[in-house]
Amino acid sequence: MADNITLEIARYSPEQDAKPHFESFQVPVHKEWVVLDALNHIKDKLDGSLTYRWSCRMGICGSCGMMVNGEPKLTCATFLSSYVRNGNKIRVEPLRYFPVVRDLVTELTDFLAKLKKVRPWLIRRDDLRPTEGEFLQTPGQLDAYKQFSMCINCTLCYAACPVVGLDPIFVGPAAIALAQRYNKDSRDQGADERMAVLAHPEGVWGCTFVGECTRVCPKHVDPAGAIQQYKLSAVLDWMKAFVKPRGHQAVRRESAND
Amino acid sequence: MNQPTIKAAPTYTEFHPRWYRPHVSVYWWLGQWQYLKFILRELSSVAVAVFVVITLFQLRALRNGPEAYARFQHWLQTPLAIALNTVSFLFVVFHTITWFNLAPSAMPIRFRGKRLPDLLLAAPNYIVWAVVSFAVAWLILR
Repeated sequence: MADNITLEIARYSPEQDAKPHFESFQVPVHKEWVVLDALNHIKDKLDGSLTYRWSCRMGICGSCGMMVNGEPKLTCATFLSSYVRNGNKIRVEPLRYFPVVRDLVTELTDFLAKLKKVRPWLIRRDDLRPTEGEFLQTPGQLDAYKQFSMCINCTLCYAACPVVGLDPIFVGPAAIALAQRYNKDSRDQGADERMAVLAHPEGVWGCTFVGECTRVCPKHVDPAGAIQQYKLSAVLDWMKAFVKPRGHQAVRRESAND
Repeated sequence: MNQPTIKAAPTYTEFHPRWYRPHVSVYWWLGQWQYLKFILRELSSVAVAVFVVITLFQLRALRNGPEAYARFQHWLQTPLAIALNTVSFLFVVFHTITWFNLAPSAMPIRFRGKRLPDLLLAAPNYIVWAVVSFAVAWLILR
C-alpha cells in the first residue's frame, strides 16, 4: 500500500472567493482510515481552516456526506485504501446541487423545508392521548415501512438526483421516502394530507426514475422504489376520487390550503 | 460581483451568507455512465415509436394491395431501412431490459409479510417476453 495519498479538496471562502477552487494535501494512508479521518488529519496537522460537517463517524448521523471522486458518499464509510489503486488521488467536494456555505459545508434550509412539507410524523384524526392505550403493531406491519424509516437525512440522494439539480422545487427522494415511511405505518392516518404535496408535478411526478438515489443510499432506503410505489397509490387515489368524489377531495383541498 | 479584500467586513447576514450556487451543465448526463444509461433509456422510447410507425406503414401497404406491399418490402431491404431497424432493435432490447429490471422496485410484492426477491419479480416479465417472441417467430417462420 502506498504511504501517502493526495486529497484534492474543494475550498470556498465566502469572504474571499467568487467560486470554489481545489487545494491538494498529502495524507498518510492507514488501512483503517476513511476519508473523514484524512480530513480530520488535515484540520489537525495541515490546515486548521478546513471546514466540513461531521459528528458520529459511524454512519448514523448523516452529517459527513460529500462528493468523493464525483460520487456522493458518507466520508466516514469511505476507505482511503479503496482509492490507492485508483490513481492514488481523491477529490473531495461538497454535495452536488446544494448551495455551498464554506469549503465542504452545504446549505440545508431548502431540504429541511421540503422535508417539513411532507409532514413526516404520525398524523391521527382521533386525538388519542398516550394514557388511552398504545398502538400495537405486528412484525408484518413494522416490516411494511421499516426500510424507509432507516433514512438518516444525509442528503446523498439529493446530490445523486439530476432532477434536484435541474428542477430545484422538486421535493426530492429522501422527503418522499420519509412521507412513504409514515403512509405505510399502520398507526398513521395522514396519507390524504401528504397526497396534496406529493401527487403533484413537483412531488412524485417530477421523478423520472433515474434510480441513482437508491444506488447511493448508505442505508438501503430505496427512495426510487418509494417514489414509484407512491406514483401507483396516487393513480389509485385519483381513480378512487371518481367513485367517492366529495369526502375524499375535501381533505385534500383542506391540506393543500395550509 | 466585486471581490472583497480580506480586510473588508463580510456583508452577509446571519442566515444568508454569500453562498456559492453551483450551476448544472447542459451536459450533466455525459460525465457518468449511470446518467448516460438513463438518458439512453429515455431516448429508447423514440426507437419504440419508430417500430410503431414502420408497422403502421406496413399495414397501410398491406391495405393498398400486393404492389404497394412489394414496394414496402423492397424499401425494407435498403441499407437505410436495415440500419434504422438494427439501431431501433438494439434500443428496444435495451428499453425492455432496463424497464424489466426496474419493475420490482416500482411494484414490490409482499408474501407472508416478506418482500419477494427482485429476481423472482423480474423473471415472469422475461419469461412472457421469451414465450411471446418465440410464438411470433414460429408464426412468421413456420
